[in-house]
Amino acid sequence: MRTTTKRARASAAVLLALFLSIGVAACGSSNDDSTSGEEGGGAIVSNPANGKVTLTIGSKNFPEQEILGEIYAQALKAAGYKVKSALNLGSETVAHKAVTSGQISGYPEYASTALTSFFGLEPEEVPADAQEAYEKAKAEFEKEDLTAFPPTPFASANAVGTLKKTAEKEGLKTISDLQGKSENLSLDGSPECRQRIDCLAGLEKYYGLKFKSFTPVDIGLRYKVLETGQADLSILFTTDAQLSAEKDKFVILEDDKHVFPAGNVIFVSKQSTVEKAGPDYERTIVQVQKGLSLPVVQELDARVELEKQSPAKAAASYLKEAGYTG
Amino acid sequence: MIGALLPPVLPASIGGAIEFIFEPQSSNVTGGKKVGGLDQVIELMLNQLEVTLFALVLATAIALPIGLYLGHRGVGELFAVGLGNVGRAVPELALIALMAAVIGVGLLNLTIALAVLGIPPILTNAFVGIRQVDRSTVDAARGMGMTEAEILFKVEMPLAVSTLMAGIRSATIAIVATATIGPIAGVLTLGDFIINNNVYGQNGLLAGGILVALLALALEFLLARLQRLLTSRGLRLSEA
Amino acid sequence: MTNGAAALALPLAKVGEVGESFFHHRTSETLPCQAQSSHLFCFDWAKENIDSFATPTQQHLELVLFSIFAGFVVAMALALLAHRRRWLQAPLLAITGVIYTVPSIAFFFLLLPVTGLGRDTVIIALSAYTLQIIYRNAIAGLANVPAAAKDAARGMGLTETQILWRVELPLATPEIVAGLRVATVSTVALATFAVFVNAGGLGVKIYGGGNLTFPTSIIIAGGIAMLMAGAFHMALVGIERYATPWRRAAAA
Repeated sequence: MRTTTKRARASAAVLLALFLSIGVAACGSSNDDSTSGEEGGGAIVSNPANGKVTLTIGSKNFPEQEILGEIYAQALKAAGYKVKSALNLGSETVAHKAVTSGQISGYPEYASTALTSFFGLEPEEVPADAQEAYEKAKAEFEKEDLTAFPPTPFASANAVGTLKKTAEKEGLKTISDLQGKSENLSLDGSPECRQRIDCLAGLEKYYGLKFKSFTPVDIGLRYKVLETGQADLSILFTTDAQLSAEKDKFVILEDDKHVFPAGNVIFVSKQSTVEKAGPDYERTIVQVQKGLSLPVVQELDARVELEKQSPAKAAASYLKEAGYTG
Repeated sequence: MIGALLPPVLPASIGGAIEFIFEPQSSNVTGGKKVGGLDQVIELMLNQLEVTLFALVLATAIALPIGLYLGHRGVGELFAVGLGNVGRAVPELALIALMAAVIGVGLLNLTIALAVLGIPPILTNAFVGIRQVDRSTVDAARGMGMTEAEILFKVEMPLAVSTLMAGIRSATIAIVATATIGPIAGVLTLGDFIINNNVYGQNGLLAGGILVALLALALEFLLARLQRLLTSRGLRLSEA
Repeated sequence: MTNGAAALALPLAKVGEVGESFFHHRTSETLPCQAQSSHLFCFDWAKENIDSFATPTQQHLELVLFSIFAGFVVAMALALLAHRRRWLQAPLLAITGVIYTVPSIAFFFLLLPVTGLGRDTVIIALSAYTLQIIYRNAIAGLANVPAAAKDAARGMGLTETQILWRVELPLATPEIVAGLRVATVSTVALATFAVFVNAGGLGVKIYGGGNLTFPTSIIIAGGIAMLMAGAFHMALVGIERYATPWRRAAAA
């Protein structure tokens, strides 16, 4: 049986070689997308003192979130930090636990989501003013030894959307226009939308709407179900790329009763991490998000969601075009 | 090497999960409406059973006749056995996702996708089961003047029951397991507790896992009983 | 700008503003192939982005290899143990039966409170699945060794341990390797679910981000997984042939 052992060993060696070679190839390619700001010429300057600190930047696993995570991660890297990323947190609950337990250093959160999901506010209690919402959230976070950085210029909210021709046919401009008509219209949204007060539950409670049906679909399919006619209405996001790129096809209805709170993004981090990382941590993040106006975010969303560019690449080109990195 | 043992995200407890199954719990994001509880659990479980049943019936209706025919005639071994191997290699997630992206979502589409998943084990096992029947027994039956159909139904199938049923059981477990992710394709199954962390929390997550496991075990038990019923007394005695 | 001066200087007014050229004006007609979820395969995108599949493939391969290795080692240890001590076989069979039935995807989440999100959960769950397949095949294989062969060996004066390693295991090898083959192919497919517990793998290219409406990515990821499974299948068929030269001789 010596031959058996020898042959088995040879096969195992082949598999190991395959595994190692893939590993080497992967290591080689994974550095392609990150920018190094050390060349100079960009507004972010590498501070050697930051090299002692390792930061793990997290984000939820949705394109817009991944882009933000990449922007922050690459900016911090340019500022000289050692950066790891964990752009795959499945929900705000998971993200919240990850940052409180120290698994990640911080992540971008929507102020409105923080206030409703973590701190129990009703959607109508969420301040419409970005600065007010930020300060309210920050005060609540501080009770858990977390802190939040100032908000981004852009805000994102849920929206009820439909095909342009449906809106014209049914005479829909605002969500209130759906009263009396919604019984004949089907609505699709994410599986959790069904019970969320900032989604279907809110539409039912505050607008008094009853829909013909609600079908849960993955958010990736939110435009597809309108195109195929499977749904008359769909839950969309105000920052969606399709709303500008395909504005002749899709429209969103105005949220006249303000059931869908708009959320600016605030970066949430542990207070102890902020102290350890030094002033460049907050400064870099606040600096680099100044350019994130709604059109810019829609453009970035378009590149990732429509053109299927990697979030890392989109983030890198934003940082470069806005002059943050060389 | 293997990554450092990450601390659990939230200490979900088995007690909490059991509570979740029986009593509606409050949730942060629903604006006061409670989630979980026996009614909701039963509703989602029935949805999962429904799509599993439809898919299983469809898969069996397609795969069993083909497998039995090929096995009886003794042709198409490469296809029948190869299909089993290839089918095992198809990632279920990719199948469901591709269907959702290309064809659409909903009960009908998910049923079709799950049926595709269930066809290979049923077909392969039908083929192999029939082929493994002792040739001399078949020859004797032929010599007695039985028709081909009679041979298949009265001789070969009863002798191949355990292999046939193994294929059906395998298909059933694969289908019910994959039906768990139904919510991403428009069918509200127990996977809702697992996928929607925000609404159901960690207790819901654990409860979802427990419920799917129990569901699979229950189905397996039922099918094992069915197999005993279908196995003729003679075989049962010899297999005991 | 030198580093020192830049650190004190305020950001230039222009920084933070992107130029007009940043915005690519898109209309429904000018969207590329990959924007439409009904397009089954977009070759241009595939060519440009194929390297983004390298890391998920590597992660996937690691998950599979660790799971198979762990499952195989434990399964063989248990099989050898139960082969001698008959009384172990019934309870082990029952336990492995339960592991077989409980769907891996449920197993992932049952493990969550203990092992949390990440690779460990996946590896434990998939090892368990692999374990029960190989264990059952090993026990069956060892049980099917003809008594005549063992008697002959005993007659030749071999000890029980020598009989195990020189007669029983080699004769059981085809069944064991067959089990390993089935287990490996299934594990490759199941490892795609690792995306649900943040453990990476090819599932990321199927379910993560916007990939759910992107057939090209799903097809490539699924294709890589199937090729991986196929490669393991061929390799193990080859190993089975090498390890049992007497069968080839008999067939010849």
